[in-house]
Amino acid sequence: MDFLLVQVLNSISYGLLLFMLTSGLTIVFSLMGVLNFAHTSFYMMGAYFAYQISRWIGFWPALALAPLLVGAIGMLVERFALRRAHKFGHVAELLFTVGLAYLIEEATHLIWGRTAVPYRVPEELDGPLFSIMGTQYPIYRGFMMLVALAMLASIWLVLKRTRIGLVIQAALTHPETVEALGHNVPRVFMLVFGGGVALAGLAGVIGGNAFVTDPGMAAALGPIVFVIVVVGGMGSLGGAFIASILIGFVQTFAVSLDWGLFGYKVSQVAPVLPYLVMVLMLIVRPKGLMGTREG
Amino acid sequence: MKPSLRRGSPAQRNTGRHKAPLVWVVMAIILIAAPSLFPSGFSLTLLTQMGTLTIFALSYNMLLGQCGMLSFGHAVYSGLGAYVTVHALNMLGKGAFVTPLPLMPLLGGVAGTLFGCLFGYVSTRRAGTTFAMISLGIGEMVYACVLMLPGFFGGEGGISTNRSVGRPLLGLTFGPAIQVYYLVAAWSFISMIAMYALARTPLGRLANAVRDNPERAEFVGYDARVVRFLQLVLSAFFAGVAGALSCVNFEIVGAENVSALASGGVLLASFIGGIPFFFGPVVGSVIFVLFVTALSGVTKAWLFYLGLFFCVMVLYAPGGIASLFVMQFPVIRARKFGRLLAPYGAALAAGLAALAGLIGIVEAVYRLSDSTGGTRMVLAGIALDAARAPVWALSILVLVVGLVALRFAARFTQARWDAVQEELKAA
Repeated sequence: MDFLLVQVLNSISYGLLLFMLTSGLTIVFSLMGVLNFAHTSFYMMGAYFAYQISRWIGFWPALALAPLLVGAIGMLVERFALRRAHKFGHVAELLFTVGLAYLIEEATHLIWGRTAVPYRVPEELDGPLFSIMGTQYPIYRGFMMLVALAMLASIWLVLKRTRIGLVIQAALTHPETVEALGHNVPRVFMLVFGGGVALAGLAGVIGGNAFVTDPGMAAALGPIVFVIVVVGGMGSLGGAFIASILIGFVQTFAVSLDWGLFGYKVSQVAPVLPYLVMVLMLIVRPKGLMGTREG
Repeated sequence: MKPSLRRGSPAQRNTGRHKAPLVWVVMAIILIAAPSLFPSGFSLTLLTQMGTLTIFALSYNMLLGQCGMLSFGHAVYSGLGAYVTVHALNMLGKGAFVTPLPLMPLLGGVAGTLFGCLFGYVSTRRAGTTFAMISLGIGEMVYACVLMLPGFFGGEGGISTNRSVGRPLLGLTFGPAIQVYYLVAAWSFISMIAMYALARTPLGRLANAVRDNPERAEFVGYDARVVRFLQLVLSAFFAGVAGALSCVNFEIVGAENVSALASGGVLLASFIGGIPFFFGPVVGSVIFVLFVTALSGVTKAWLFYLGLFFCVMVLYAPGGIASLFVMQFPVIRARKFGRLLAPYGAALAAGLAALAGLIGIVEAVYRLSDSTGGTRMVLAGIALDAARAPVWALSILVLVVGLVALRFAARFTQARWDAVQEELKAA
């Protein structure tokens, strides 16, 4: 029972972290039609920036500064590169982000080396939050959930309750009309792209020390994030949320179960499960859980 | 979508039938003569790799260039073809009858086709970005399965084999590298002709139609999904051929053969060469192999330079290297190329200056972060200490000056180019 509860909490916190990644990706995708292949590279960038900043001035400033830095870099990328690639169509934009993912990974290799860096949980968050029948639950996991939920609430508020959110929502469906009304749509694109990757950066700040900060973290998480977007339905925030939590449960539970299946333990086949979920979803319901379009 | 990536260039469309045989004769001569021109053992391995990658990249372009399907999992087909080949070779070694070695690529191709049918059924239902993500997911799934099933796939270490186990055929054992080269060259030549011919069948033309406008293709009565599926299956066949040849060449097949890195590599090679042109990926394969093998020996940051090169190509030459050459043909034909030499020279000089500055910064960063090797480095024959400020200041200065000069040179080139084009139109 205690095992189950801790596993459920772990699944939720991991699922929320995944959603911090997929939400930015989904918003950018629905607004600009660009699938940002380098999205998890910005996640990695957030973790490395946080590591470096927390070595200099501490974790709490890093929590705020690292995502802002990542967002600023994202805006520069949008302004000076993606906007140019946009002229050649979506394939060119996608390919550019592929190249960018290579560049960020290699830059990380060059600056921080090829092995993991010792980015640790800050002391004030290190320790058990509570313990149930002998199983301890770390404070940091609770902190992760708190940050993720706070972030979700603020995205929701920004999108639904502010003027800029209104413009973003309108630009999602009718960019020409919004432009005709005198709004600077390219600037909205730039802000949204920067905001989206800043969310990924924030996920990196809190995920990097909970898991591991190494140059492979972007490539390890990238395919999972795309699986979530396909399973949830392209461009659907609600679908991305459900799929994130679902994959969070699948991944967390699969690695800890010992049930046998055709001679293999579930924990052995764990790496394949998210992709199997994706393939099944494509066969049963090609547009994804809450997707509205097929293709 | 804009034309540059989606439509075939005028050059491709106007390729006259009477010109085609000449191209193939030249290609055959190059393939036969290459080992005599570059006789060293190292260049022979490079040539063999180029031949294999050529088939792989051309098969990739059957998807991306001809049908508009951006795949991130093409190494699945070549890798699984290679795994089947490695087992067939080992069975051959035990005395079982399979096929003689020169026909192994057919076996790899059949394996690729079968997996193409299987995965194509799931992935070709949708095109565009979704297809890209699904191909990535399938690639990751296969990679995870390969590591999970060590019985067939050999786990992390892979499966090794010996290509010269079979009975010699007409005195050929395929032990020496030169024999392997000619085997690869023969298969590249056959595959190139086959893929070229396929692009000219009704299916090849339909693939172009589905790429340019799937709705209209469906309106005329063709199922876009079936076209995409057939194109993927055929492309998987040639990928399997390439995989089998790489197995024969390296005599080992491991999980990296199906990895995302291998899939990304073929994408980069094809794109850098030029996806709107049939021969673009051939050019790309040559450049890519040179990049990977030659540059990786010189600097640890080679992947950084490769990524940067790719990004610059996407932003400034989406038609690849091939398009840069093809663009010059009308100008050369009109004997006006001399007028472009000055701007090209200026742009080249500025670009090289910017590149030199960038290389200085990148290598200095690397020396500073890598504590084992010390901070001394040798760039272009000059000994430098990366920890010293002047090295940085000079690198940054050269980079900035180079970029500014490049901007002016680009404007100069554009103006002269436009002027020449006007003259061509007027003539």
